[in-house]
Amino acid sequence: MNLESIPIQAFLIVSSALFCIGIWGLLNSRNAVRVLMSIELMLNAVNINLMTFSSYVDNNLIQGQVFTIFVITVAAAEAAVGLAILLSLYRNRVTVDMESFNLLKW
Amino acid sequence: MSIAITTQFICFTILSLVILIGALGVVLLESIVYSAFLLGGVFMSVAGLYLLLNASFVAAAQVLVYVGAVNVLIIFAIMLVNKKEDLKPINDIKSRRIISTSICLTLLSLLIRVDLTNVWSLTSPQNSIGEESTIRIGEHLFSDYLLPFEVASVLLLMAMIGAIVLARRDVMSKDISTGLPVDQELIEKSSEPLLTNKN
Repeated sequence: MNLESIPIQAFLIVSSALFCIGIWGLLNSRNAVRVLMSIELMLNAVNINLMTFSSYVDNNLIQGQVFTIFVITVAAAEAAVGLAILLSLYRNRVTVDMESFNLLKW
Repeated sequence: MSIAITTQFICFTILSLVILIGALGVVLLESIVYSAFLLGGVFMSVAGLYLLLNASFVAAAQVLVYVGAVNVLIIFAIMLVNKKEDLKPINDIKSRRIISTSICLTLLSLLIRVDLTNVWSLTSPQNSIGEESTIRIGEHLFSDYLLPFEVASVLLLMAMIGAIVLARRDVMSKDISTGLPVDQELIEKSSEPLLTNKN
């Protein structure tokens, strides 16, 4: 191998695969905690994408890394509020099954 | 980055294998506790990928925020809502699985095609900022990204207050009908226990 660095496509494929795994988990999980974990996986895939482009396309100004910091902040806030909503749902329904959360159905 | 290219390739292969297999374990494993711990492994490997991309500050932030805060929070939530229950069977589960899997595979093939066929306009690694990225992030955060930085702090405050309000157990200090003070111990006894015995 006489490459100078890892090709950008390798990072992009890893991030695409991680994003699709996250979507699959989001659509197929019945446990509400697992749904939150799938959202975290998707956010991480997006972060890998931003970091890759910041390192390969914008390696002097690295604005992608600043974006990643903001995404991490929003993800932390989302996890806190999401788990609080989950706890109060559990208190009302005594289950974490996604199929039984039909309060908005009429 | 000063590591030899072969070492970088080996590290990248190991890290991406851990990420993908761990993520599959997170969505496929039966036990939610195993999923939570595998999620921590995935977060650590993503931090390793950031180190390969010359971003030590973001890697440290990833470990601190994701592994140290988000993953611990998820494990606590599992501990609070971990009740063995038999899920009601859904009659059209098979068609749902087929549709969702085909959607995901289609999206994956589309994304991989874009990744491989697009011509990326890469910059030369000569003017790379390299290991100095922490300094540059600090400059960004206090000059052109100052407003988002301040808004993020307000967002964190709102999330903190919102989480407290949502997760708080509402206990009345007075009985609504009689107006007498309520015996707090009685309320705790009559409420449903959150942790039930597993057997």
